[in-house]
Amino acid sequence: MTRKFRLRPRAEQKVVQFFLYLLTSLAILVLVFILVVILKNGLPQLSLEFLTKNPVHMGKEGGIFSTIVATIYLTFIALLVATPLGVGTAIYLTEYTFEGKITRIIRFGAECLAGIPSIIFGLFGFILFVNKLKFGWSILSGGLTLAFMVLPTIIRTSEEAIKSVPAAYRLVSYSLGSTRWQTVTRVVLPSAAPGIVTGVILSIGRSIGETAAVIFTAGSALHLPSSIFSSARTMSVHFYILAREGISMSKAYGTAAVLVISILLINIVTYYLMGKYIRQSSSE
Amino acid sequence: MKDIAIQVINFSHFYGQQPSLKNLNLDIYRKEILGIIGPARSGKSTFLTCLNRLNDLVPGSRVSGKILVDGLDIYQPEVEVAALRRRLGMVFATPVPLPMSIYDNIAFGPRLQGQTDRQELDHLVEDCLEKAGLWAEVKDRLKTSALKLSGGQQQRLCLARVLALKPEYILLDEPTSGLDPISTMKIEDTLLLLKKDYTIVLVTNNTKQAARVADRTAFFLMGELVEVNETDIIFTRPSDKRTENYIEGKFG
Repeated sequence: MTRKFRLRPRAEQKVVQFFLYLLTSLAILVLVFILVVILKNGLPQLSLEFLTKNPVHMGKEGGIFSTIVATIYLTFIALLVATPLGVGTAIYLTEYTFEGKITRIIRFGAECLAGIPSIIFGLFGFILFVNKLKFGWSILSGGLTLAFMVLPTIIRTSEEAIKSVPAAYRLVSYSLGSTRWQTVTRVVLPSAAPGIVTGVILSIGRSIGETAAVIFTAGSALHLPSSIFSSARTMSVHFYILAREGISMSKAYGTAAVLVISILLINIVTYYLMGKYIRQSSSE
Repeated sequence: MKDIAIQVINFSHFYGQQPSLKNLNLDIYRKEILGIIGPARSGKSTFLTCLNRLNDLVPGSRVSGKILVDGLDIYQPEVEVAALRRRLGMVFATPVPLPMSIYDNIAFGPRLQGQTDRQELDHLVEDCLEKAGLWAEVKDRLKTSALKLSGGQQQRLCLARVLALKPEYILLDEPTSGLDPISTMKIEDTLLLLKKDYTIVLVTNNTKQAARVADRTAFFLMGELVEVNETDIIFTRPSDKRTENYIEGKFG
């Protein structure tokens, strides 16, 4: 009895299609489930007051204004540092060196960096920025730590974006008498911009959502930060503390809703803008 | 006596260990069209990229011997490569408009040089498009993407873009290989007009094209220059049997 059980090709096709469809639906379902739970519990909490008032009584009452401000500061600093560093590294790896041992080592290093758990980044930031450099628990320490955390993402996405620029563009640019730097700035980067921006957006999302690395480095002070040396509490840290310490579940959900909505909004707006940009530069 | 513009002396080129051009000796005269014919992989295109040092960009590329452009030994380390490439403008086999407007494509080279004066650029763009025979077709849509042009128009755009460099030499690498007969004719007509101001090296895989436009024709085979002479001599009584066979279509 060597005959194996086989379906007719057409039936097989149907079955495979069904299961793949099922798997995809499951993946999407998880996302939808999370969104529904967060928004169902969080949306009723949202009001103008919630967004514009500072927390009162440890966050039991009042709004989350100071945590929104802290999140924006931290993310801004992280990107201000990580974007030039990451894009610069990517340009070096793709345009200024030939593929070889050194590029492989650098790339491997960046990849390892991406695999490090965020709490380790927190510890590193705590040791280096908070203690050693004496920035204390501050927006600066937190921002720099986040910068290192998102750096691999920015390097990786920028590298891919730059590599996908057709080699013929570079050749033409050089043949028209441009230097390497001119080729990078006038031909390569404009063509790679959508991909690079996508990486930056991903990083914004990660920065906004990060908790572990931030709690170690930016602290959790609830007042409105007055300078980059102030300790501050981001939305995600606020959410963590509200829920963990059982201060107010409803405020926690409200904070989570703001987090989720802002990340969604950033993504939607960026993809819209990028789509427009791509249409403009390639086909108009 | 002919005015010699480019002298190629005992010149060889290698990719890694593999020789791709073997000991070439060739003079290129000022304001002539030199046609270069030969089968695929005979080193024609490599030779062009050696003339403007575009081959520098290929890892493992190596040369020996000399190329003198107006007496300047272009492989000397102190030679400024970007400036050299402006003097020897190049048009590639596949038209590659940069992903920007028609205007910006033409202005690309001058802008690298720091040219920002709007009026002068306007002037130059019109002039170059006119010379390349494209002005009438695009003058109303200079701001639209160059990628929207047809293949033939794109290739004339590439030619205009090279003219905007104000080069002395124009190197063309099978510029009409992907084009229809009418577009090909337009490019050839343009080249014949340009000849009075520029020295042109035209690599072509179409021997008839060399017969139509080249003053002299060189035949390359397996990285060697088999012979070079007045075009009508090459086509009527070549001195080498291999040239005759190639032209008659016996191989290649």
